Amino acid sequence: MNKFGFTISKGRQIDYESNDRRIADYIFEKEPSFRLCIECGGCSATCTTSNFTVFSLRELNILIKRGENDQVRQNLKKCMLCGKCTLVCPRGVNTRNIVVLAKKAFQKSDEYAI
Amino acid sequence: MQFDPFVIPFNIGLYFILIYVVARSVIWFRDLSRPDKLRLQRGFFGIPFALSLKEIFMESLIHRKILKTNLRLGYMHMSLAFGWFLLILFGTIEADIFGAKHLNAPYKAIFFRFFNPDHGRMGFEAAYGFLMDLILVFILSGLLLAVTKRFYSKIVGMKKTTRLKLTDRIALTSLWLIFPSRLLAESFTCGVYGTGSFLTGSLGAWLAAFLPAQQMAYPFWWLYSISLGTFFILLPVTRYMHIPTELFLIFMRNAGIKTGDKAGTYSEVQTYSCSSCGICIDACQLNFSAGITNIQSAYFMKAIRNNDDVSEIADNCLMCGRCDQKCPVGIELSPIRMIQRRGGEAENDIRNIYKGYFRSRQTIISEKAIASSNYNFLQETVPEKTDILYFAGCMTHLTPSIKNSMIKILDASGVKYSFIDKQGGACCGRPLMLAGQDKEARELINYNSQMIWKSGAHTLVTSCPICYKVFKESYYLDVEVLHHTQFIKMLIDDGSVKLNFLHKKVVYHSPCDLGRGSGVYDEPKDVLKHVSRLERSNFEDGNSLCCGGSLANMKISSQTKKKIALDAAIELTKNSPDILATACPLCKKTFSAVTETRVADISEIVAEALIMNPLKKNSGSNISSIKELANI
Amino acid sequence: MSKHVVVIGGGVAGLEVAGQLSKVGIEVSLIEKENKSGGHLNNWYRLFPDRRNSTEVKEYLDGMTHNGGIKLLTNTTIEKLNRSGSHFSITTNEGKELIADAVIVATGFDLFKSARKEEYGYGIYDNVFTSADLEEMFKKGELALTNGIVPETIGIIHCVGSRDEKVGNFYCSKLCCVTAVKQAIEIREYLPDSKVFCFYMDMRMGGAFYEELYREAQEKWGVNFIRGKVSEASETIENKLLIKVEDTLAGRPLKMKLDMLVLMAGMEMSEGGKKIAGIGGLRTGENRFFAATDNHFGSNKSNIEGVFYAGTCTAPMNITETISHARAAVVEVIDYLKNSK
Repeated sequence: MNKFGFTISKGRQIDYESNDRRIADYIFEKEPSFRLCIECGGCSATCTTSNFTVFSLRELNILIKRGENDQVRQNLKKCMLCGKCTLVCPRGVNTRNIVVLAKKAFQKSDEYAI
Repeated sequence: MQFDPFVIPFNIGLYFILIYVVARSVIWFRDLSRPDKLRLQRGFFGIPFALSLKEIFMESLIHRKILKTNLRLGYMHMSLAFGWFLLILFGTIEADIFGAKHLNAPYKAIFFRFFNPDHGRMGFEAAYGFLMDLILVFILSGLLLAVTKRFYSKIVGMKKTTRLKLTDRIALTSLWLIFPSRLLAESFTCGVYGTGSFLTGSLGAWLAAFLPAQQMAYPFWWLYSISLGTFFILLPVTRYMHIPTELFLIFMRNAGIKTGDKAGTYSEVQTYSCSSCGICIDACQLNFSAGITNIQSAYFMKAIRNNDDVSEIADNCLMCGRCDQKCPVGIELSPIRMIQRRGGEAENDIRNIYKGYFRSRQTIISEKAIASSNYNFLQETVPEKTDILYFAGCMTHLTPSIKNSMIKILDASGVKYSFIDKQGGACCGRPLMLAGQDKEARELINYNSQMIWKSGAHTLVTSCPICYKVFKESYYLDVEVLHHTQFIKMLIDDGSVKLNFLHKKVVYHSPCDLGRGSGVYDEPKDVLKHVSRLERSNFEDGNSLCCGGSLANMKISSQTKKKIALDAAIELTKNSPDILATACPLCKKTFSAVTETRVADISEIVAEALIMNPLKKNSGSNISSIKELANI
Repeated sequence: MSKHVVVIGGGVAGLEVAGQLSKVGIEVSLIEKENKSGGHLNNWYRLFPDRRNSTEVKEYLDGMTHNGGIKLLTNTTIEKLNRSGSHFSITTNEGKELIADAVIVATGFDLFKSARKEEYGYGIYDNVFTSADLEEMFKKGELALTNGIVPETIGIIHCVGSRDEKVGNFYCSKLCCVTAVKQAIEIREYLPDSKVFCFYMDMRMGGAFYEELYREAQEKWGVNFIRGKVSEASETIENKLLIKVEDTLAGRPLKMKLDMLVLMAGMEMSEGGKKIAGIGGLRTGENRFFAATDNHFGSNKSNIEGVFYAGTCTAPMNITETISHARAAVVEVIDYLKNSK
């Protein structure tokens, strides 16, 4: 069938209904400041890890919130927990705890066993 | 033969606890590592043994450290412990001298007056009776304080007292009943026979005047025995286990045994040695600044003893070490917390009473082994060869004034140095360790070590106490690690830098990881005295406060941290200093946000006081020289 | 007998209040801590959104106050503020006592002290300036670096001291975005060869003609807008400023070397206002500005009857809003004076 040379790639869109947001819910419950992010990117800008490699805490956080967990699981481990992000955040988001909780959540869930 | 059925509860309790303590000690000893076993064996001879005995007398009986912190609380502990000890000691001697025969069963000493009611009428016997009454008064006065403390903790000068579980309550009640029932039992008996000294005699005579003393005495002897028996039997599952355990702890500590990284006998012995005196609760800033009252070390120790899931408690701590510093038993509270953090969430044990007596080693889920490296993106770099490395640390990059001041001082000193993380480096690893992620931290430590080693430097200077502590403790480096305050002190001492005296009133805040954490108290203050008018605060050295910004606590919100910072800043700036000086970028940032007083790192103050010598060449860095060229 | 009102603060709000009150025959004592009236307006060069010269507004305000009945007390601060019966007794720093029927507080705002955001290096690095510093440069007509060289790349950082819980300010100062856009245009006007980059968290162009100015900045002046909060700046060997930011829309960290950095300092409750709040027992809110009795219909009323607020001592406002708020205060005062006694 002629698709006129393009299709809508399934991987491109966030399928909100079928995505699993349990990791996000877990973090929301344990660390309510997770909700306060305004996506300013201050954390990613100052990040020690992103000085060396592709790593954006802001992006990982929003992906968790949308349930796009696959991209997060491996990447999150690059964090060194140095805490600069927490110091910079204008909204007082407890970014370090979010990383620790997310790592724990991924570890807990069998589905996402490392 | 002298015997009466009422002594049975006491006898059961006594023999039970003796057997139990021996069995428990054997298990503890068996679980020690080989080197620690040898250490402990050696600890039973010579000087360590003498030290242990002295410490047992001073701390377990007299409670010297509690007395120093809080006189009334100390008296309470002392009167119960030392008084009871004296009562047993002199009771045994009394039974031995005046009893029917020598070497009696323990119950004969404890219930001496029941079996020898006619004793103590005159002369030496009466004097001895007076002594025994005096000891009883001593104990009862402490008991009165203890009872009052339970209901009005402020009376003994404590702001908070520990909360109890059911077995603790029963044990506490039985403990409280022991001495009053002894008093009444002895008094009634004395009342009947007209014996007894100033307390038991007078009380007995008075009671006998309107009560049938003959009939009243016997039930109280039963009550006395039952209270003792109950107390002994419940002892292992209550906080009173600290009484026998502390002896074991003192021997272990004097033998040179350390807590280490993993849970083991020593951490368990320490956990059981906590008497829940509550001094740590009053010392904790999370308590008095943030109103968090369930995570302090006394609760933490109890939760471990109860096999509760302690991960939440373990993580909710600034790791400032104030409680370690103040613990009268000398329990290494922070290392024990670190062990629990490494362990993560513990398996919830099914709670039953037997588990309390012979508790299996705490079950901790070990983290799944990480197959691949998390940080393989860190490329090996070859640094330039140099003598001195300056490692600013992550946080220092957010306080450029500290960074610039250090560059200025290093340039002025003329040493050959290299600024290793000028463009930002990898983290030192301590933040990961504080989160219990040691394996990950080790990767960063290896990466940094390699770089430091390749530079050929003999000295590593850092501006951040967090980095300093981990460089000192967890890196295996063949370089001298210095915090910049120590380095500046050296430069001043050998005349490499010349400083003006700034006419400023300065108060010094000792950062937790530098002061209590690493024992660096004097150098920062020496430097400050050299350039300014250093004034004392109410929180010096070991008693210094935490700024609240600690990376160690990931549970509290930034608003809570701010509350802690504000309280600390108010205390430190009470005498309105010109500068609140500190030696940590994190403390600086935290305090700057809450006080109007100027907050400055020591390096900044020194840089301000620097007398620039235009003849001195910068051999290490070319930053300022190029800048000067650009300005010409 | 004519009524007497003391107005504390001789900025835009204070001048407008004084002028309007004197128009209806009320005697006014206008207290100003500086040696002349005008407040922050004296420091601005041109005003957003139309970039008219600030002197035009100043002229209007001065004209208002020249019609007699206003006594201007410069270099004066207030040490005591007491209510005695239906009167207020006010003691100045020179020990002079004023008796007033009503008081209007128009103490305005202070600019956020940018050195508090140490990571941006104000006061540490040579070429980090604030929006106020830039206005001064515009006034002098010389836009240059500390060493006199003309900058080629200029970065403007929004939200310095606003929307930042780390400095204790949760609120949006709401004028910094449009100030940034205005200053970006002015820089481009001065230095046509320069490149200007605005680093913003959100563009809050909520005033009349603000959005149009934003369009103009893009369309006519080629100002670049990058969405991301700058986390820190450092100085390079060649004396440039290296900033770190995440280009959040591209999802990538961005490093950029700039010649000059301009910080859009936010608005805070003024020190003078804090002092008045202390001595007069006036209520302040969590944002430290004066708290009015009602946000909707009582924004000029204080917790003390007879004391009213005008202008930015209650919240960040632009000049238009400040003048409107000041006129509203006048209505409240007249109403109060009519009903008292």
